[in-house]
Amino acid sequence: MKLPIYLDSHSTTPCDPRVVETMLPYFTEKFGNAASRNHSFGWEAEEGVEVARKQIAHLIHADPKEIIFTSGATESDNLALQGVVEMYREKGNHIITSSTEHRAVIDTAKYLEKKGVKVTFLPVDKTGMVSPDDVRNAITDKTILISIMMANNEIGTINPVAAIGKVAKEKSVLFHCDATQGVGKIPVNVQEMGIDLMSFTAHKIYGPKGVGALYVRRKAPRVRLEAMMYGGGHERGMRSGTLAVPLIVGFGKACELCEQEMATESIRMAKMRDRLQEGIMKGMDEVYLNGHPTERLPHNLNISFAYVEGEALLMGVKEIALSSGSACTSATLEPSYVLRALGVGSDLAHSSIRFGLGRFNTDEEVEYTIDRMIKAVNHLREMSPLYEMAKEGVDLKSVQWAAH
Amino acid sequence: MAYSEKVIDHYNNPRNVGSFQKDAGDVGTGVVGAPECGDVMKLQIKVENDTIVDAKFKTFGCGSAIASSSLATEWLKGKSLEDAQKIKNTDIVHELNLPPVKIHCSVLAEDAIKAALGDYQKKAGEKKVKPAAATTSS
Repeated sequence: MKLPIYLDSHSTTPCDPRVVETMLPYFTEKFGNAASRNHSFGWEAEEGVEVARKQIAHLIHADPKEIIFTSGATESDNLALQGVVEMYREKGNHIITSSTEHRAVIDTAKYLEKKGVKVTFLPVDKTGMVSPDDVRNAITDKTILISIMMANNEIGTINPVAAIGKVAKEKSVLFHCDATQGVGKIPVNVQEMGIDLMSFTAHKIYGPKGVGALYVRRKAPRVRLEAMMYGGGHERGMRSGTLAVPLIVGFGKACELCEQEMATESIRMAKMRDRLQEGIMKGMDEVYLNGHPTERLPHNLNISFAYVEGEALLMGVKEIALSSGSACTSATLEPSYVLRALGVGSDLAHSSIRFGLGRFNTDEEVEYTIDRMIKAVNHLREMSPLYEMAKEGVDLKSVQWAAH
Repeated sequence: MAYSEKVIDHYNNPRNVGSFQKDAGDVGTGVVGAPECGDVMKLQIKVENDTIVDAKFKTFGCGSAIASSSLATEWLKGKSLEDAQKIKNTDIVHELNLPPVKIHCSVLAEDAIKAALGDYQKKAGEKKVKPAAATTSS
């Protein structure tokens, strides 16, 4: 087993060597501009892009013409929200989203709010799920867009996307779904899910960084978008700019691999994840699962280790790459807004760790991680005044803390 | 974020972790911070003839918070109550090479020292039934 161990796959994933191999010729020999229509260099590049477009569309059950290439999911989210608001402003000025969306959606929505758009941020239940009924009740005759994520990047909770899509259809409101964490990990079908726009990216599914896509429905309804950048009118005029051919080719290959391997890979991920969860939960007391017990991504595990601060815990297992909901390093000192939206107390939010398994993790790494987590938590609890007080029977909620 | 070697050393080998009997007359206890803020420090001193003969801590917080309180106990041991008052958070920042985002950890450690000293002074004052030379308020 090699150290360090990478368990942060919600953040990014390594490129699959098969993806890199597919990309390489497009840097050197097949370097043409996909928009060059007059020579073989351009044709070759264009062909590479069109193959990728098919591979990507196939994974999500879309038409290749409905795939718009972008620089990543953040750009896709921005284009979806800003593009729809700009295009449909005569129809209305209200959008609906949720409080646990990625910052690319939340901050774009807040920007639009400043420009006069009305935004409803729906709450989530204690497992992190958005209720389709809440979506329905929030819709007014001014609503032009619903933007709800497929699966959450911190807690892995999978939203009832198909039910939300159905509500959107009934009410004839466009539905955008940020599926960055879902695509390639769980089956995605834009037809069955009633999705009109969908953001996703290559680097979360063993493809390269710097390329993403926005699915834009062409039929029933035909979605129109105002572009955010002007130029050569690439990508049906929605996203100008020379296509990043090698990255797009890699994105396509990554999607093809996911499609071929998802069925077996997700079972393997879930098995490792369940073992990790069991090992940690059995190895110590007062650890709590964040998110939904069953409706969650197969490779995600988010746990709060009571009486231990998350960043200190990461420091204790520094040969394992993980994320924490603690915001000890941030200027605001605010812990994860996602966990707060679930109703997780600040104390437990500070104590949370996100484990993200990936294609290249092994059972041996999982066992090592369980062992190290138990040791590190025990080390920190021995010096935790909160653990001591709790063991003495002090109700920590009743203590008058000298907040600073 | 990269931690300084000294912070890592205190994290791996924290000095003086533990607790004294809170009610003992020769013990001063300071508990500062709040769980919601992500750090709580408990710092205790044992005093004989106005000298701190022993110190212990327990901290819930990040590595820098643990290191700041661990270092504080090291510095407190053997100091007179008067000299202990003079420990400043900036001394801790300097010794541990804390980055700007971690300065609040050192502030918390200074607060914990002051609180422990205050607690002891209060107890000593009550014992002698005369006001202690109040150098701080808890």
